[in-house]
Order: sequence, then C-alpha cells, then structure tokens
Amino acid sequence: MYNKAYELINETKENNCRISDIVLRNECKLMECSEEDVRSKIRKVLQVMKDAAQSGIDKETRSVSGLIGGNAVKADQYRKMNRTVCGDVVNRAIARALSTSEVNASMGRIAAMPTAGASGIVPAAVITAAETIDADEEAIIDALLTASGVGQLIKKNATISGAEGGCQAECGAGAAMAAAAIVELYGGTPEMALDAGAIALKSILGLVCDPVAGLVEVPCSKRNATGVVNAMACADMALAGIKSMIPFDEVVDAMYKIGKAMPAALRETSMGGLATTPTGETLRCRLIGKQ
Amino acid sequence: MSNVSIFEIMGPVMIGPSSSHTAGAEKLGKAASSICDEDFDAVDFYLHGSFAKTYKGHGTDKALVAGILGMSADDERLRDSLKLAEQKGIKVDFIETDLGEVHPNTVKIVIKNKDIVLLTLVGSSIGGGNIMINEVDGSALEISGQYPVIIATYSDVRGMISKITGAIARNEVNIATLRVSRSSKGEVATTVIETDNAAPESIVDEILQIENVISVRVLNAIV
Repeated sequence: MYNKAYELINETKENNCRISDIVLRNECKLMECSEEDVRSKIRKVLQVMKDAAQSGIDKETRSVSGLIGGNAVKADQYRKMNRTVCGDVVNRAIARALSTSEVNASMGRIAAMPTAGASGIVPAAVITAAETIDADEEAIIDALLTASGVGQLIKKNATISGAEGGCQAECGAGAAMAAAAIVELYGGTPEMALDAGAIALKSILGLVCDPVAGLVEVPCSKRNATGVVNAMACADMALAGIKSMIPFDEVVDAMYKIGKAMPAALRETSMGGLATTPTGETLRCRLIGKQ
Repeated sequence: MSNVSIFEIMGPVMIGPSSSHTAGAEKLGKAASSICDEDFDAVDFYLHGSFAKTYKGHGTDKALVAGILGMSADDERLRDSLKLAEQKGIKVDFIETDLGEVHPNTVKIVIKNKDIVLLTLVGSSIGGGNIMINEVDGSALEISGQYPVIIATYSDVRGMISKITGAIARNEVNIATLRVSRSSKGEVATTVIETDNAAPESIVDEILQIENVISVRVLNAIV
C-alpha cells in the first residue's frame, strides 16, 4: 500500500512497472478480486463518462435551474471552424468537459471523478489524449487507474471536498489526476506523471469554492473546461522534462493547509466570492429567492 | 492510514449535480432507512452548514428523500423523489439548523411513525459521495457504511462484549473492527462492530436475548 507519492514511485521502481499497475494490484488486494474484475468495473464507469462527455455536445443540455447550458455545443461548433487559438485537441477537450458538467447540472447521469462538481476534467482529458495517439480502451482504463491513484493520494493526505478545501480540492484534484494520467498514456515515467500532477495542483492552489446560488453551475462548469486545459498543459511540460520544484506530496500538504485556512464563506457555502457579487446575488434572488 | 479504494475516487456513477450534496446525501438517507427497518410515515431532516445553505440548489433534499425511499444514487427517479414520497404518504420536512462542531455537510435524520421517533441518525457527507455516520440514537460512532455494521447498546455490566461477540461468531460472521464506549460507568454502553460479511437476520434476535441488551441495530453495506 502507498500513502505518499514517493512510496508509489518507489513501488513502480521496485517492480519496474507503471503507476497504473501498482494501483490495479492494490485494488485487487483491497477488494479481494481479480484484475479483470476491476477492469470490467472501470469499463462500465468509462461508458458513463463517454456518454456524459458527448451528450451535451450532441444536444443542447440545460441545467435544472436554467442558469447554464448549451456551451458544449457552442465550443464544439467553434472548434469545427478550424480557426481556434488553442487548436483542435484542446478545444475538443474543452467541449467534452463542458458537456459533462452540463449533463451533471441537468441532474443527468455522470461518474464522479473525484467529485461530481469536477467530473468533467479527467474524462475529457483522457478521452481526448487517447484519441490523439489512437490509444485503445484498455489504455484509457490504465490512464483512469493512474488518475485514481493520484486521487487516492490526495484523499488520504488532504481532502477532495469543496466544503472542506475549496475548489482547489475538487477541480485541482481533477486536474492533477488528469495530468498524471495523460503523462502515463503518452509513455512518460511515474516521476513525470507526478510532476505533472504537482504542477497542475500548484497552478490552482487557493482556488475557492463560490458557487452562485449554491448551484454546481457558475463558475463550476467553466472551471472544468479550464481544468482540462491546465491538465494538458502540465502534462506537456512534464513530458518535456520540466520538473516540479515542490514535490507532489508537499503540494498536497500545502493544498490541505490552505483549505483549512479558508474561511467557511469560501468553502461551498455560497457566502463569498463570485456568489456574493452583485450579479451573483441577483441570480440567486431570481432562482431561489432570498435566504 | 487506511487503504482507499479507487472507486471512492472514480465514481460513484450518480445523478448530478454534487457528489457531496447528491450522492452522499442519498447514501445517508439510505443508511437511515436501512438501520430503521420499520414502516414510517414522517422524516425530519435537520440540515447543517453547507447542507443548510445550499440544499435546494444542489437537490440535497431530493437525494436525501431518494435515499430514504431506498433508491440508488444513479436512479433517474431521484429528481422526482419528493413527489414519490408524497405518493407513499411519507411526510418530509427540512429544517435549517446548527449542529455544532461537525463537518460542513452534516444532517440529522429523524424517522418517525405516528409521531413516535423510531430512529435518529447524524451523518456527514465527507466528499466524493462518501459518508460518515457520527451518531445513531444518541450514541457517538464513526461508521463509513462500507462494511456491514452491528450496533448494540446494553447496561454496562461485566462480560457483555464476550456474550455479544460470541453470538456473532456463532452466526459465522467475522469481525473487522470493534469499538466500545459508554455514557458513564454502569450506565448505557454501546458497541459498534464492523463485520466482513453481512449479518443474517437471526443475529438481531440472538443478541437481543442476551440479558441486559437494550437495542440492536444492523446496517448492511451502503454502496
């Protein structure tokens, strides 16, 4: 069992294998089941992820409140015009992340990763990155194992709850998990994967959870879109050989301490940040009335 | 540090929009009605912290009620659960409150039948759809719901733990963890036993027959 990133890396060295192999072995031991049992369970989750990442692109999907919706369609149509700033791959990932978060806000079916609020990041990153190198479904499952391994480290040593640690604990965790997963998918080393994770988490340290009207919509949906771009940029940096000056474990500790230091108003209570801007207040009054 | 399954990170597959406020809330509701194991006609939900502030927007109310009705977190009927409860003649009330120094996403669930309280449960949704049950009928505990649990209360006299664990062993159930506490010496003691395999129904009667046992509650795993 690994509790820290350095332990996970040591295990990959001792066994001359990837992060996903260690995570899979640990899961089999924990759940007392075979590798195929775990993979087939992940395959079912992956299908839910694929559906949620696509259905908001195929059909305009609106949230129950009506506050958000239709942005995945817009992003994908724009991408198809072939004149984007970030290019086709990044824009495809953005559309997918928006799709999942719109499906989520419509009370549709999604797979939390690591939470529902951040559920758009990892699927968009992994599905899109796999497409670019023609990786098959088994490789995507490996990538999801790696992403989950990184999530385990964050959950064990800090938190993945916005109410406890702010958005950095949700979208930050999602981006770190996604970055590490892409690196492994692209053949990077375990160290590179965790460097990518560390850089992604560092990049949004301190991000507060301030949902307008208490809904997982504004700004959550777009933070999923920027979260996947964060993950992809950090994966590229790590694959280029760029290291994180602060090791992954220390970044996670810092994230937890920052979360603890955040006032409750900025931890999912909708009592600060964007939620209490004039526009945020107006939207809240319109949607759920004065509290 | 205990091991964490990847499926606490990846998943649950659930109805949106919030793993803490929807999936976790659904599990807490399901845990309460599962422990209660009797017919009921009313449920009061005392909502604390973020649950109190944002329950309408997150559909926490719908998720708690869906759980009470025994639905799973990926059941698409979740969004209509308030209506379904009404059809079943179950009255639900949501009360914003302050439960003190507890996790921000905490709820106290009171299940009643004909104004008689059948069960009180306090639990928190701790992130990613995972839960922690902190209190059942006033006894402090710490249950994740991932293992089956037996909760026994009894008069604080000698030899009770050995009698209770003996009954569990006779039913071929293996104990994973065991915690004992008491209100004060010689008063009411509580033993919380997490087990590897689900307890058969006969176990409740067998433990209740032990002299000095006051109550036995069983919760099978909530996943």
